Amino acid sequence: MLNRKVGSVLVLGGGITGMQAALDLANSGFYVYLVERSSSIGGMMSQLDKTFPTNDCAM
Amino acid sequence: MTLSEVTEVSGQEGDFHVSVTQHPRYVDMEKCIACGLCAEKCPKKVPDEYDGGLSKRKAIYVRYAQAVPLKYAIDAPNCIYLTKGKCRACEKFCPSGAIRFDEQPTTRELNVGAIITTIGGTTYNPADRDTYGYTRHPDIVTSIEFERILSSSGPYGGHLLKPSDGKEPRKIAWLQCVGSRDVHVAERGYCSSVCCTYAIKEAMLAKEHGGPDLDTAIFYIDVRAYGKDFERYYNRAKDDAGVRFIRSRITGLSPAEDEGGHVVRYVDEQGRMVEEAFDMVVLSVGLGTEEDVSETARRLGVDLDQYRFADTSTLEPIQTSRPGIYVCGVFQGPKDIPTSVIDSSAAAAAAGGLLAEARWTLTKTKELPAETDIRGQSPRIGVFVCRCGTNIAGVVDVPAVVEWARDLPFVVHAEENLFSCAQDTQDKMAEVIREQGLNRVVVAACTPKTHETLFQETLTNAGVNKYLFEMANIRNQCSWVHRDDPEAATTKAKELVRMAVSKAALLEPLTEPMLRILPSALIIGGGVAGMVAAKNLAEQGFDVHVVEKSSTLGGNARFLQETWRGEDVQAYLEKLRSEVTSNPRIQIHLESSVSRVEGFVGDFESTLEGPGGRQERIAHGVTIIATGARELKPKDFLYGQDPRVMTALDLERSFLDGDPAPGQAETAVFIQCVGSRNAERPYCSKVCCTASIKNALKLKRQNPGMKVFVLYRDMRPYGLREDLYREAREGGVSFLRYDASLPLEVSKAGERLRVAFTDRVLRSQMEVFPDLLVLATATVPSPVADLAQQYKVPLNEDGFFVEAHVKLRPVDFATDGVFVCGLAHGPKPLDESITQAQAAAARAVTLLSSKEMPVSGTVAWVDQAACSGCGVCVAICPYGAPRFTEESGGKAQIQSTLCKGCGLCVSSCRSGALCLKGFETSQIMQMIQGAV
Repeated sequence: MLNRKVGSVLVLGGGITGMQAALDLANSGFYVYLVERSSSIGGMMSQLDKTFPTNDCAM
Repeated sequence: MTLSEVTEVSGQEGDFHVSVTQHPRYVDMEKCIACGLCAEKCPKKVPDEYDGGLSKRKAIYVRYAQAVPLKYAIDAPNCIYLTKGKCRACEKFCPSGAIRFDEQPTTRELNVGAIITTIGGTTYNPADRDTYGYTRHPDIVTSIEFERILSSSGPYGGHLLKPSDGKEPRKIAWLQCVGSRDVHVAERGYCSSVCCTYAIKEAMLAKEHGGPDLDTAIFYIDVRAYGKDFERYYNRAKDDAGVRFIRSRITGLSPAEDEGGHVVRYVDEQGRMVEEAFDMVVLSVGLGTEEDVSETARRLGVDLDQYRFADTSTLEPIQTSRPGIYVCGVFQGPKDIPTSVIDSSAAAAAAGGLLAEARWTLTKTKELPAETDIRGQSPRIGVFVCRCGTNIAGVVDVPAVVEWARDLPFVVHAEENLFSCAQDTQDKMAEVIREQGLNRVVVAACTPKTHETLFQETLTNAGVNKYLFEMANIRNQCSWVHRDDPEAATTKAKELVRMAVSKAALLEPLTEPMLRILPSALIIGGGVAGMVAAKNLAEQGFDVHVVEKSSTLGGNARFLQETWRGEDVQAYLEKLRSEVTSNPRIQIHLESSVSRVEGFVGDFESTLEGPGGRQERIAHGVTIIATGARELKPKDFLYGQDPRVMTALDLERSFLDGDPAPGQAETAVFIQCVGSRNAERPYCSKVCCTASIKNALKLKRQNPGMKVFVLYRDMRPYGLREDLYREAREGGVSFLRYDASLPLEVSKAGERLRVAFTDRVLRSQMEVFPDLLVLATATVPSPVADLAQQYKVPLNEDGFFVEAHVKLRPVDFATDGVFVCGLAHGPKPLDESITQAQAAAARAVTLLSSKEMPVSGTVAWVDQAACSGCGVCVAICPYGAPRFTEESGGKAQIQSTLCKGCGLCVSSCRSGALCLKGFETSQIMQMIQGAV
C-alpha cells in the first residue's frame, strides 16, 4: 500500500532531546526540520545551573 | 524554525504532510545584531519566566545571553505598541532597522517521512493549589527558581540569597514530591523521577555557595537515587557533606512568628509530630506535560495516557499510537536528561529504519570555498577580541586589548565583537578574513574546548585552512578568575593575546586524512539489547555480526514472564529472535567471544573464538558492546540451602514454568537491596523494587489469602511505576522499612524459615516466618575487563562501562566507533535497555552512513633521524597509535587515524623525536617568549 518514503524528518521541540534527535538524523543522511515553539532552542535544560551528578555546567 | 507550531498532520508513515505555523517575531532575524539596545529602551517590564519570575525582562527580549538563535523577539501580549498602539521605542532605537511590527503569521507545508515529538514538559506550578503559601511568601521557592538563584547568570549573579531581603539563608529545607506521587493534587499519581536527585544536587550546590555552616534538610518519602552513580552522590551528600535527610510526612508550613522564616511541621518516621524553622523552603516540584498537550496530541493524532503523557508500551517505548510518529523525553514520561537523550537517538534510529531507502535523497551539501594556498606568504594575522556581552567586557578593558593587539608583530587587523560566536559575527569575520587577506586568525574569547570548532569553521568558510587558528581564553583565565581586579585581568588578557599571536605567526596549514568506514557492525552480546541494536542496524541497511557467549539468544529476558505493565516478554522475545535470525544482513555467532581486536573506528578487525577454539576474523566499521549483566546469586540468607529461598529471577522462572508452589505459600517475604547499596556495591540496581512489587501483586492475585511482606530501605518504583506501587499497597501487600544498619537475619527455627529485622517505624525487632522468601539481589556486571582493554574503553569501580559523557553522550565511548547499551552500561529495566540499544544503533549509523570521515590534523609525527627506537611511545600511548613495523626500520611510526593528539608520546620521548602538529616545539617556545 505504501511505497513512497520521504528522506526528511520533522522534529517537534527544540530542547536537548529534540536537538539530539535532529543531530543524529542529520548526521545519518536525513534532512531535518526542527520546530520550536519559543523564540530560541534549549528547552528546560538551559534553565538549570549545574547538572547531576558531575556538576557540569548545564549551558 | 522558532516560534512555530504544528497545526495539522496528514498522510502516513513514510510520507506525512505537515502544516507548520510560524508566529511573528516582529524582529528581522537577518538584521538583528543582538546589541540589546531595544531591550534597554523598552519601557515594559515583564516577570522573566527564564528566571522563574525572580527577575524582570522587557517585552522585547532574548531568553538568555547564550540563546540560539541569538535574536531578539517581541512578546506580543506584553508589547505596549501591539496591545495599545503606542510606543515603538525599540523601532526608534534599533541601529540596524530590524523591528518589523507588520510581520504576520506564516504557514509552511512540509513533506516528511517521520515525525519525532520531543515537546518536553513543564514543572508543576504550586500556585495551582497553594497548600504551602508559595504565592504569598517570597522565600518559599520552586526548585527551578532555586536553580536560577544558584546560577551565575541568575537573578542574584550566583549569590545564594533570600528573595525577601537579599540576605544569605542559614537554613534551607527541601520538600519532596510537590505535585508528584499524589493522586489528590492535579491527578499526579506518578513519581516525577528526577526530583530526589536534583534536590540532592541543589543541597550540595547550596553548601558550596553557603559554606559548611549552611544547614540543609531534605524532607522525603523515599530517596529515589536509582540512576547510574546516583547512590554514590546521595551517600556523599549524606555522609560527607552533612545534608540532612528526614523521612517524613509534611503536615503544614507556616510563617515563623519571631525572626521570619517558615516552620515546617511534619510527622517523622516514628509518628511523632515535629516542628522546625527554616529561612528558605524549596518545593521540589514534579514534571508534567504542558497545559495544552491534549491539543498538540490531537493535531498529531497520537494518544495520551491517563497522566497526559504520550501513550507508549514497555516493549516499544518510543513508538506512539500513530505509526511513523515517535516520542522522546518528558513527553513520553517523567525522566532525566540522559534518559531523554537516549530516547532521542532511539527515535532517530526508528526513523532511520523506516526511511533507510530515502537516506541522502534530501540532504544538501554545503559548498565550501577552495582553500587559499598560503605557502610563501608572510603572516597576516587578524585578532578578534570578544566582549561576550558583559561576561568579558564587564571586567576586561576590551578596547584596550584591541589597541594593544594592533601593534603586535604581523597583526594587520584587530577588532572587538559583542558576541564572537553569534552567527552574524561569524559571517562578518569570514568577510573580514577574505577582504583583508588574513592568513592567520586569533580569537580572544572563551575556551577552545567549546568554541574552537566553531571558529575553525569560520576560517574554512573564508577559504583559510582551519589549523591557522589560535585562541586566547580571556574569559575563564581573565574576567572570571580576576573579577575583583579589572586592571590585572586586562594586563593578563593582553599577554595571553600576545602569546597567541606569537604562536599564530608560526602556524602551518594541516591536512586531515580521510578515514574509510566499513559499513558493518559487530555487536557483542545477544541479549535483548544486542538483538534490538542488530535489528535496527540491519533495517537501516548495514551488515551486522552478533557475538553471543552462550548457546542461545535472549540473555536475562529469557527468564522474565511479563513486564511491570503485564506485557508478555516471551512473545516479544520470540518475535525479536526470529526477526534477527531470519534477517540476511545479520550473522549470529553463538558460543563465541572476542579474543583479539585490531584497528580503529571505521576499520576494526576482531577475532572471534567459537566452539572448539575455531577462530574467525571479522572486519567491521563500528562495535556495540551489549554484554549485559547477571543477577547476583547470594551466599547468605540460606540461598541454595533451602528451596523456599529464591532470587527474583528464580521466582520469575517458576512463574514461566507454571510451578504452582510459590502461589501456595501462606506467607511470602521479599527482601530488597540484597547485595545492592552496600559497601561492596554502593549502587542501586534499579529494577528490583518494581520487580518485587509486580511479583508481590501477582502472588496476592493468585492467592488472595497470602500474607505478603516487602522489606525495603527506600521503595524506588520511579515514573509511572508508582501506580503499581499504589496498587500493591491498596491490594494488601505490606511494605515494611528495615534498618539497613542493623542485622537482617534469615535462619531456620525448626522447619520454619525465620526472618528477623529491625523495623524503622516501630523501632523494634520483628520476626516473620515465611514459606516463600524472595531475595531482590543486585545486578552485577559481566566479567568484561579483558574486552574493555581490547577496545580501549573504561569500566567504572562497579565494573560497568563508562560512557563518554553522563548526560550528553550516554551511549558513546570516548573511543570513536565503540558504543554501549543495555545492562553493560548499568542496571536498568527492559524498556530502557531497548531504547538504549536503538540509541547505540543510531549513534553507530552517524558513522556508518558516511563512507569516510576526516580525522584531526593535530596528530603526532616522528622525526625519523632522531628516533632511537626505544618504544616508550608505544608503551605510553593510550590509543595504540605509535608502532614499529618491518618497513619502518626500527623507528617508530604514528598511525595518524588512531592518534588523538594528546601529546603524551611527545613529552615522554627521550630523543625529542616525537612532535605534535599544531603544537611544534618552535611554536610553543615562541609562545613562552611572548609571555616573558
